[in-house]
Amino acid sequence: MAAVEQASVLNMKNISKSFAGVQALKNVDFNVRGGEIHALLGANGAGKSTLMKILSGAYETDEGAIEVAGGAHVFRSPAESKKAGIHCVYQEVDTSLVAHLSVSENIFLDRLATSGAEAWLRWGKLHEEAGKVLERVGLTLSPRTLVRDLTLSEKQLVLIARLFAENAKFVILDEPTAPLSLEEAEKLFGIMQGLKTAGIGVIFISHRLPEVFRICDRITVMRDGERVLTEDRENIDAAGVVRAMLGRSFEEEYPKLETKLGEPVLQVRGLKSGRRVRGVDLDVRRGEIVAVVGLVGAGKTELSRVLFGADQADKGAVTVGGKPADLRSPAEAVRSGIALVPEERRKEGILVRESVLHNLSVPLLKSISRLGFLSRKSERGYADKQIADLGIKTPSVSQITAFLSGGNQQKVAIGKWIGTEADVYLFDEPTKGVDVGAKSDIFRIIGKLAQEGKGILYLTCEFAEALGLADRILVMCDGAIVKSFNRGEATQEDLLYYASAGREELA
Amino acid sequence: MKNRLLPFTFKYGALIFIGLVILFFSLTNEYFFTYSNITDILRSISIVTFVAIGVTISLTVDGFDLSVGATVSLSTVITATMMVWYEMPLVVVLVVPLLVGALVGLLNALLIVKIRIPDLLATLAVMYIVNGIHKTYTKGYSIYSNMPLPDGSTAPGVMDKSFLWIGQGKLLGVPFPVILMLLAVIGAHVFFKYTRWGRQMIITGGNEEAARLSGLKVKRVRALAYVASGVFAAIGGILFASRIGSGQIDAGAPMLMESVAAVFVGYSVFAAGRPNIVGTFFGAVLMGVLVNGLTMMNVQYYTNDIIKGAVLVLALAVTFIHLNRRKAGR
Repeated sequence: MAAVEQASVLNMKNISKSFAGVQALKNVDFNVRGGEIHALLGANGAGKSTLMKILSGAYETDEGAIEVAGGAHVFRSPAESKKAGIHCVYQEVDTSLVAHLSVSENIFLDRLATSGAEAWLRWGKLHEEAGKVLERVGLTLSPRTLVRDLTLSEKQLVLIARLFAENAKFVILDEPTAPLSLEEAEKLFGIMQGLKTAGIGVIFISHRLPEVFRICDRITVMRDGERVLTEDRENIDAAGVVRAMLGRSFEEEYPKLETKLGEPVLQVRGLKSGRRVRGVDLDVRRGEIVAVVGLVGAGKTELSRVLFGADQADKGAVTVGGKPADLRSPAEAVRSGIALVPEERRKEGILVRESVLHNLSVPLLKSISRLGFLSRKSERGYADKQIADLGIKTPSVSQITAFLSGGNQQKVAIGKWIGTEADVYLFDEPTKGVDVGAKSDIFRIIGKLAQEGKGILYLTCEFAEALGLADRILVMCDGAIVKSFNRGEATQEDLLYYASAGREELA
Repeated sequence: MKNRLLPFTFKYGALIFIGLVILFFSLTNEYFFTYSNITDILRSISIVTFVAIGVTISLTVDGFDLSVGATVSLSTVITATMMVWYEMPLVVVLVVPLLVGALVGLLNALLIVKIRIPDLLATLAVMYIVNGIHKTYTKGYSIYSNMPLPDGSTAPGVMDKSFLWIGQGKLLGVPFPVILMLLAVIGAHVFFKYTRWGRQMIITGGNEEAARLSGLKVKRVRALAYVASGVFAAIGGILFASRIGSGQIDAGAPMLMESVAAVFVGYSVFAAGRPNIVGTFFGAVLMGVLVNGLTMMNVQYYTNDIIKGAVLVLALAVTFIHLNRRKAGR
């Protein structure tokens, strides 16, 4: 075993890559040893995904070489990279799985699909082998199950099972924990330990520093296409990593602006909808940031959608500024003074194929048009103002939104609501997939909205954000608010306890 | 060099291609590039362009309307019967088919937006129904002035002179349907580019859920798009009756394919990659030029379809290669 570990070292040397004259990577050296978990960190656009795409064969490098176990390679296709034992589990698990095939077939997909495959399928043997691999990743389900019936985390485990089946030597995990609940993430960490003891080198990409420090052996940080730091975990702390990622010291992660709390602006009484929102009561005052924390599946997203009229409430009363809110549809909710920044930014928050200009004006089309004709001047003026006020980094207002970074897309998703003069802002996981630098921008924007007397409902599963940002924290579990804390009263452990306790009682 | 040339080809390729086709026909036939032939081409595409504007609108909200051809047929015979059977005044002759077109659009909207049948299937079903209605209504006969009726008598009315002028007359030397077409193209372009409702349609088609969560009434927007599609098809039908001077049965059958082809060729104009009015117009022009030029070269009518189909494939290939490259971020 020791000999195997010795031999398996992955070395990327002097890698450079440019797209249409823009240098995405500059002489990057990166190495991974077999049997280590190596975190690759960096703000969005730092070049980590480009580096990983070169490693997995999706892009070809302009310069430099990749050495695996002593041999030098240039990977021209994902197949070549897989042959060298390098596998990648992408964040979007569905793109790598065939939904209507069984778990077994998906695990052995590469083997079944290659031209060297046996002509006849021996189903019994296939399912038996699959069962063994599933055991290794701790997944207890029949290999005959269809992949479309699995949960997201189970799908992820099937992909990891595939790694074992393919005898992977090096594995890239691209933000695997982003869509997972805490328990599911715990399970994944266990499996990553398993990969590690099997002598597999794991490259772990994540935006969540706490988990990086918990499970990784080494940390590499990239910034602006360059490798700025590689350290053993013991030799560095979170502040150091953040400093390296930003290139400047990160003074205040959670800027808290002083605000005066006014009268209640949002009042929710006995709100029920389906199985996920089971009787929610809450109040938000003007200038107040109220965080609703809970595990994935607690019903936070559903709550935000009901409050915005995107889904229908079965029961309950909602008032905004003392007046009953009309929540039959989002259009009515907007008129009642509610704005939602939804969780699925690229699918729901913005129109990725439209320009920044057109995105920002969507909710305002009526107020910026006369006799149906849009006033280009007011539309342009509004966009310029939001770009300046919110610090949206874009080359021009006509830039297609898909090409902005996640953080800047999120600012667009927020900016479009400013003009509706909503009284209540609902934020559903607004920092998901947003890099560290843009995160604090978004916190600052939310703080400013509160200062202007808006009521903020901030729904998140990142407990640290709730603790840093909110005036009051409500813990949601299984569709109901189970506990309320004032600022400074709670710790992460408290929140986790109440967020999961209700669930244990039920189970 | 390659980096500059490719985007240029994508952007202007379609226009250059149209230019080359016109140049080719002009060189091979001296009568091609004459004022009378050019206006002939424009007049020949005017009806298809109206239908194609409707198709562009339904595609803009990310829908599809297969029933436009049948709606053209229905509105043609209704227009003709209004005059021939019922001797109605011109206003009624024009308004009734428009209302019927709107009604077909409403039916489509009901099925697609309210009952949520996928657009292709719903409009396919409506296409059958409308086709059946127009044949049942006329008992399978084409409608013409003083036609004999099944009971042995002759129909009382004739096709109105002023009505026929709409499709056959000229204003300042320009065929009137061409003027109508240009007005419609400009109007529709302005609608999409400068008005709130046009923008709402584009946004809704871009991502319905995101549009809904931005406070747009997406159902209403989509319903209106189908109604507009029906109305434009109906205008096509009115023009058809006026142009031919009778109400031909199944007149709209070829219109569906022709208009859809024009719209998709239009995707490639200026590398838009999405439905757009200017592109639709140029798509219709290209198709019209091809038919006219090939006919002058005595190419068989059926062979035309092969060439039109090939041009459509070419345009789609260029569009989607470009779109996929853009998606890959290169």
